[in-house]
Amino acid sequence: MKARLDEQTIALRAAREFTDGAVVNLGYGLPCLCADFVPGGKTVFFQSENGILGYGGLATDAEKDYEMINAADQPVTPAPGMCFFDSALSFDMIRGGHIDIVVLGAYQVSDKGDLANWGRPGRPATGMGGGMDLAAGAGRVIVTMLHTTREGGPRIVKDLTFPLTARRCVSLIVTDLAVIEVTVAGLVLKEVAPGWTFREIQDLTEARLKLAADLKEIEL
Amino acid sequence: MVRIHSGPPLPRPALPRQIPKTKYQIPKKRAMTANKIYKTCVEAVADIPDGATIMVGGFGSYGGLPINLIVALAGQAVKNLTVIANMGGVGFELTKRIKPEGYQDLGILFERGQVKKLIASVPALGGMPPTSPFEKLFNEGKVEVEIVPQGTLAERIRCGAGGIGGFYTPVGLGTVVERGKEKKVINGKEYILELPLNADFALVKAHKADILGNLVYRRTARCFNPVMAMAAKITIAEVDELVPIGGLDPEVIVTPHVYVKRIVEVPR
Repeated sequence: MKARLDEQTIALRAAREFTDGAVVNLGYGLPCLCADFVPGGKTVFFQSENGILGYGGLATDAEKDYEMINAADQPVTPAPGMCFFDSALSFDMIRGGHIDIVVLGAYQVSDKGDLANWGRPGRPATGMGGGMDLAAGAGRVIVTMLHTTREGGPRIVKDLTFPLTARRCVSLIVTDLAVIEVTVAGLVLKEVAPGWTFREIQDLTEARLKLAADLKEIEL
Repeated sequence: MVRIHSGPPLPRPALPRQIPKTKYQIPKKRAMTANKIYKTCVEAVADIPDGATIMVGGFGSYGGLPINLIVALAGQAVKNLTVIANMGGVGFELTKRIKPEGYQDLGILFERGQVKKLIASVPALGGMPPTSPFEKLFNEGKVEVEIVPQGTLAERIRCGAGGIGGFYTPVGLGTVVERGKEKKVINGKEYILELPLNADFALVKAHKADILGNLVYRRTARCFNPVMAMAAKITIAEVDELVPIGGLDPEVIVTPHVYVKRIVEVPR
């Protein structure tokens, strides 16, 4: 079996999408790792929906302060110019279109860019947190996820079978096998993990993929 | 003949102005301010009755939770509470994964079986297996839940606080959240009507209070606390430090004292 990218590398690839000066929100789990991979020479302002804009990175044990956390309850470090605000203002910022990029995890993404990332069948008591607000309000939604389920089934599908977070919101999907852009014409395979082919990726993807004219390997 | 004037008010003749002797009226005796200071968290929550609706500030399992008020409430016999909070808590056992000695969070109210209904954006985390006290009760059919997107939760509370009858939001379109709700197209965009939330009591955590009840917060421990502080009939604030009147910079006060009825100092 060919190697798949690890979570750190998925985060590194997703973080290359960050533009200089962008306001970026990182979702729970894998997306939080992107904080460590801001491309050199670029400044990014991390926003977290619990009410902070412009934090540094993840805090070490010596630095940690439980009143200085991101939305995943991870202690983060202060940075010059950061600010704090309450939850209502935080979501005004999110719904109002002031977040340029949000990176979210997902259970499933459809070929139309529909996102399912908060609930799984049989677990009616879990919640979406800020996921629906972020998916509906952010300028660009990047999904980081594993390409297939633990059992090997597809996560990039024709129609969602998991509960919807928001319709037609995803712009880019970064997985352990591929980088896929969501366009009005459907899903376009832009990059593959080293050694993988278009056909192999398509076989692990329920939705139909289009081949980008300039398909290339993900640069590590 | 009576002339009817329908335009702007006519100018009044100028009256001779009375010059007051002093610029401001200074009362002889200083007005008494209500005493809002409680010695203990138990005294501050003692009159919360069965069936009350309470908002609990904070965000996740720590950092902004009024945990001493929560633990005091868990020690009371009160039950059938409706709790409005961002998250349902993970419970003492699960917190040991974060701190080996464990710590309390909102989960304690579910462990004690005091809650009838939870309104939250994250009632339980999605991890496996389902182990939070809330989710256990929910799976046994012993507690109801209303799941609300986090921004919608904050805005519903702000509506309740500000006397607004509801608002239209695009968040939740096409999802389980829109079920049974009015939809409306405004300027070509579709929205869902969401209604306000209020409570009988709000338990909030602040960094400092003056004895009037003006509050300031610390770092990300602000989160849901200020908006909840404004939406309840009786807001009870647990604070790290109590200072005299004038001890807080008026430019940085987040919650004005009119919203706060009770204060308990619990040093960090």
